[in-house]
Amino acid sequence: MSWRHLTRHPSLTIGLAMTLVFALTGLASLVWTPYPIGDIAIARRFLAPGGPHWLGTDHLGRDLFSLVMSGTLTSFVIAALAVAIGIGIGVPMGLAAAAWGGPVEWVVLRISDLTFAFPAVIVAILITTLSGPGALNAIVAIGVFNIPVFARVARGGALSIATLDFVAAARLAGLGKAAIALKHLLPNILSLVIVQGTIQLSLGILAEAGLSYIGLGTQPPATSLGLMLRDAQSLFLIHPWLSLVPGLTIVAIVIALNLAGDGLRDALDPRLRREGLSHGAG
Amino acid sequence: MALVEIEGLNIAFGARRVIDGLTLRIGKGERFGLIGESGSGKSLTALAIAGLLPETAQVEGSIRFDGAPLPASERAMARLRGKRIGMVFQEPMTALNPLMRVGDQVAEAMRLTETAGAPQIEVPNLFAEVGLELAHAHRFPHQLSGGQRQRAMIAMALAGKPELMIADEPTSALDVITQRKVLDLIAEVCTRRQMTLLFISHDIKAVGALCARVAVMQAGRLVEQGKTAAVLGAPRVDYTRRLVAASRMPKRPPARPPIGTPLLSVEGVTRDYAQGGLLWWREKPLRAVDGVRFAVGKAECLAIVGPSGCGKTTLARMIVGLDTATAGQMRLGETAYRGTDLPPRRRADVSLVFQDPFGSFDPRMTVGDSIGEPLRLLGRIGAGERRARLVEAIEAVGMETAMLERYPHEFSGGQRQRLAIARALVTRPRLVVLDEPVSALDMSVRGEVLALLARLQADHDLTYVIISHDLDMIGAMADRVLVMDAGRIVEEGRPAELFAHPQHPLTRALMAARLPEVA
Repeated sequence: MSWRHLTRHPSLTIGLAMTLVFALTGLASLVWTPYPIGDIAIARRFLAPGGPHWLGTDHLGRDLFSLVMSGTLTSFVIAALAVAIGIGIGVPMGLAAAAWGGPVEWVVLRISDLTFAFPAVIVAILITTLSGPGALNAIVAIGVFNIPVFARVARGGALSIATLDFVAAARLAGLGKAAIALKHLLPNILSLVIVQGTIQLSLGILAEAGLSYIGLGTQPPATSLGLMLRDAQSLFLIHPWLSLVPGLTIVAIVIALNLAGDGLRDALDPRLRREGLSHGAG
Repeated sequence: MALVEIEGLNIAFGARRVIDGLTLRIGKGERFGLIGESGSGKSLTALAIAGLLPETAQVEGSIRFDGAPLPASERAMARLRGKRIGMVFQEPMTALNPLMRVGDQVAEAMRLTETAGAPQIEVPNLFAEVGLELAHAHRFPHQLSGGQRQRAMIAMALAGKPELMIADEPTSALDVITQRKVLDLIAEVCTRRQMTLLFISHDIKAVGALCARVAVMQAGRLVEQGKTAAVLGAPRVDYTRRLVAASRMPKRPPARPPIGTPLLSVEGVTRDYAQGGLLWWREKPLRAVDGVRFAVGKAECLAIVGPSGCGKTTLARMIVGLDTATAGQMRLGETAYRGTDLPPRRRADVSLVFQDPFGSFDPRMTVGDSIGEPLRLLGRIGAGERRARLVEAIEAVGMETAMLERYPHEFSGGQRQRLAIARALVTRPRLVVLDEPVSALDMSVRGEVLALLARLQADHDLTYVIISHDLDMIGAMADRVLVMDAGRIVEEGRPAELFAHPQHPLTRALMAARLPEVA
């Protein structure tokens, strides 16, 4: 990655910049928000945007901008941890499937089929039933859903690399299957995993919003973008602004991450990197 | 009267100029050859004539086709391309649509070029003309062999009855016998249809056999052109002289250690591949190698030749321990093994040089790390010893120590093959198996790599097993040749005797497919 890559792929630049802005806004909420988000003042409720409250206040008189900052952080953290679970378990599974093949591959593929069959919401309901709602449950539910995605991506990428001669050369050099997976397969599929990670991050943010909206994710007094939507839904006809702010924030974050993901794929994929000269080699 | 006239053509990608002031005339009905190394701009020239240059290319100069400049609009250009210019590419598998039967693809080409005549009648005629049976028309590309696919490509190119056929390295992905057949077919079709041919290749012999006039390109410039016999027989430019010299195989150094006692013996090795099906519905296994038996002496150079798919690569993979024999065994010195069970200490005694220099290095590892990888077979060695081995190996192949820190994409094909040889030598093996060591390389660097292999063999008392279908290379390198067909060894002998008196039909076919030496 270099500056040249960034300028050549405008969608990557825009996507990364937007993502960075949202992530920094979220992080800033750790040390500073215009108003404390737990600060309830019924007298100041439903204030219009502008004035001391930049985006107005909600039905409890909380500052909407502070809520958005804090909610963005929650969404990012939950989605990122879920992606980390997916990469941490899924990629080793996929690599093992590609390196050992046979029964190992069968088991990995059947596990992913099984997990694919249960959407994140079902898993979340299951976990909630067992241990009650909360942010941690949302992380686990979305993370479990991410595992087969990364397992498939890692296996697919590794399979196409495993047939190359340098892997045969490594076997001749006496490397075991685990060593080949770690030294040769993993570095070569890393760009695929990064691109998929960006896309899963945006899906994770959507899933978190969905789970919080139905009450299975983040619980008050903490807040997330999905929870803000849930609080605002009954007031939508009277105060549409309260729903629009978190809704549009989610849309903007997802667009930013998708742009960054597409841009990363263009920039990292060696098949697209050759500068418009596919058979000009002779 | 010229069909194609190129005047002062410049093509650049950004600041990089890839074609520089090219002026060229191809007469009507002429068979014109364009020779040059990889990256010399010969394929780009062909793409420019066909109007297929990538959009990022900046083009200056004029190209006239049959007296008229190439149309500017993409629509008109597409019509011209289909009706008057036919193209045949290097890799027919990627040039054909994998989801369409080849007969339908030819019929589609006819429809798109608005050729008169019903496809039901014309397609069988075209197939007959390129030497395919009608049954082949109902197959998908993956069900055809490489040669048949290339014939189907030619049929497609002929569908619009073009005046010019551009063939870009049409035979370099094929084995020798098929190569010769396809070249003969192209010559025959051009004569019958009085079609102009632009033939692009780095293989001087193929161009010499096919073309009446040739042009030689180097780094985007035309360095020489004229009648084939004149240019290749008495080259005026240094570059052409080097290309011609490179197409002749180097003679082996006379001083070589004598051939000793057997180092490797292969004792009735058979390899079956299970095919699809379940339990007792299982299909009969595919026998890739069938009871092969031979021995290689110390410091000998043994060649195994045969057409694609005869099992020679499977045999090589078993010898080096990448694959396991279904039956039989091999003996390396005192160690008997069946393939992957070759003990690690013995693995250091054998190594393999792969065919494709681009796939044999991990793009994410420095060349030094890749070359040093087999050193782990020697057990624990210190950093100093490791470094000394790396330096020794890379200097043996005539490259600099500083290159160890660089990554594979910074090297050309020939350089990578040298590095692959360095990796094969780093454990100081006794037996080196070379799987088509030069067939993926440009003609001009083949000679160097072969000379390097010959020198290394003399210097280090190496034993070689060369797998190839290139008889010229084998004639220059090998002490003994085994001919393999359908998994069996069908003939054996010294190259000179075998080439003079081939007995088996396959050996005869291989001999007949040899292209004549240039001038």
